[in-house]
Amino acid sequence: MALDPVKQVSGTGVFIPGADIDTDRIIPARFMKCVTFDGLGEFAFYDVRFDSETGAKTNHPLNDERFKDASILIAGVNFGCGSSREHAPQSLRKYGFNAVIAESFAEIFYGNSTTLAMPCVMAKADDIAALRAAVESNPTTEITVDVEALRVRTSSGLDFAVKMPESAREALVSGRWDPIQELLDNEAAISDRAKALHYV
Amino acid sequence: MGKSLFQKVWDSHRVGTLADGRTQLFIGTHLIHEVTSPQAFGMLRDLGLKVKFPQRTFATIDHIVPTENQDQPADPLAAEMIDAIRKNCDDFGITYFDLKSGKQGIVHVVGPEQGITQPGTTIACGDSHTATHGAFGAIAFGIGTSQVRDVLATQTIALQEMKVRRIEVNGNLRPGVYAKDVILHIIRLLGANGGIGFAYEYAGDVFDRMSMEERMTVCNMSIEGGARCGYVNPDAKTIAYLQGRPYVDNTNFEATATRWLSFASDADAHFDDIVKIAAEDIEPTVTWGISPDAGIAITENIPDPLTATTPEQKASIEEALAYMKLPAGMPIQGIKIDVAFLGSCTNGRISDFREVAKYIKGHKVAANVKAIAVPGSQIVAIQCEQEGIPEIFRAAGFEWRAAGCSMCLAMNPDKLIGDQLCASSSNRNFKGRQGSPTGRTILMSPVMVAAAAIKGEITDARELFDLTPASAVA
Ligand code: SF4
Repeated sequence: MALDPVKQVSGTGVFIPGADIDTDRIIPARFMKCVTFDGLGEFAFYDVRFDSETGAKTNHPLNDERFKDASILIAGVNFGCGSSREHAPQSLRKYGFNAVIAESFAEIFYGNSTTLAMPCVMAKADDIAALRAAVESNPTTEITVDVEALRVRTSSGLDFAVKMPESAREALVSGRWDPIQELLDNEAAISDRAKALHYV
Repeated sequence: MGKSLFQKVWDSHRVGTLADGRTQLFIGTHLIHEVTSPQAFGMLRDLGLKVKFPQRTFATIDHIVPTENQDQPADPLAAEMIDAIRKNCDDFGITYFDLKSGKQGIVHVVGPEQGITQPGTTIACGDSHTATHGAFGAIAFGIGTSQVRDVLATQTIALQEMKVRRIEVNGNLRPGVYAKDVILHIIRLLGANGGIGFAYEYAGDVFDRMSMEERMTVCNMSIEGGARCGYVNPDAKTIAYLQGRPYVDNTNFEATATRWLSFASDADAHFDDIVKIAAEDIEPTVTWGISPDAGIAITENIPDPLTATTPEQKASIEEALAYMKLPAGMPIQGIKIDVAFLGSCTNGRISDFREVAKYIKGHKVAANVKAIAVPGSQIVAIQCEQEGIPEIFRAAGFEWRAAGCSMCLAMNPDKLIGDQLCASSSNRNFKGRQGSPTGRTILMSPVMVAAAAIKGEITDARELFDLTPASAVA
């Protein structure tokens, strides 16, 4: 399976405030009643974007016209914690996000996102604050997430280092972010391992 | 230097190293449920692949099953998901514990019950509470749907090796302090993200003394502390629990048991980190915020943003209190509740209902409280019936339901309404978790849930039920 390498992602950004944004918040459980992931995009952050009683739009950043074309999500610590639902990164991806920059990520969310070719990079709190200030003062600020060099640069002149586990970086830049082909290729080794295990 | 259980299991299931440096890990047992598998089967079909080891894949339905009338899902989407898993299991030859099997239930209750969960194995499931199975000395973790596809197709996944943190709790738990309090306390101390990158090994005499079901309660919430898997080393209790169960090799049991025990961490095993906790320091613990690490002892006050040490901490306390509508700096005791939920894969097992039944006799749920009790599986439900437990709950004013996840995440009709406050034995207190975008959750042990239901407010079960040293169980 030839997959496109993900070396750089560029676009405008939106900052979503709050620590420990969990996957229930990203995609409320009731929207998980689906047998495919298509169409999940419109439900991303649904319960914080719409008032539960009136259905009116809240002042959530995703409702802000200025950020409607944003494709890079900026967040705080422990983004994507909670449930393992892949519906969460799927909904962000289908909403139109191509990368996430945060202080830290929950592990399952991280792996799921990488497999969807949505790089998640970790930045220092100061850099996130500066990035937030940049996009909020000028929403058209162009952000480039350089996965290869592990840097984030903006048209406003920011340029800072970000972190990502080497395995994820390597998987993205070499176009192996979806590991299934490689897993399938090791058929013989899988059979050997299965035979060696008493219970299989 | 010896090896930890984690390393032994990891090494024995390692297929190889992938180009990106991750391990290709063999998954001995794959558990699936209706919410995170249909999309994976779709991907599998798109790629023209088959299920590699259907005999190592087990399915049940739990998340969307109604608990009033199990086989009548009110909404068509739920019915469609149930049809999808039935068809997928048929098409690919997978064992499916459906509603008629008498074995259906929450996937993390069913696995151990059937003896599918075994020491020294790897277990994956598209559900973050898969660590529950770690209670048996398995390395068990939640995976995303793309990984469900990978396991279906290859029985392996690509995974970064974890570090191992040993969490030792020694001493004696005080009366009225349960396994749930132990894990809420651990998460409070180490934080909701403290375990990222780690597997947790729970050790020490408190865990040694715990029943298998109590160990499951602890391992279940590993992910709430950020750890993808958590385990307890197998011992005589593990063996005794598993003997005779349907999926255990009972003909050759002694050899099997010996092999299982050999997976326990060596005395000189290496750990990347060790944390020690005194059992006496643990109190009945409740949450006050919107993350499971927002825990306080029942005797403590709700945090005050004014006492925060950093601006971030202040903002996060403010956010939590605004959502929870709780008064800063006031005692948590006395906060009125609307709903009491007893169930889930954390605390929906026979021992949980037995324990609560002991104390609620002669009591009544407060008039303004809706209290529901939901067994974790059909087998738990039958056991409860045999012991007369549902009558005790009904007499006390609880609704007694059929097996499922129910109000833990409210994908079925059991939901909070508006900003109702729920005393819950489940594992997550996130915003909107229990089905209403403004619904509020306070996590606690089952006995504390029962006490809150009866008083109509958050209360110290030790006082209400007179949990003196003599009357309490470990
Ligand atoms: S009971 Fe709750 S946590 Fe457990 S599997 Fe069901 S929804 Fe998930």
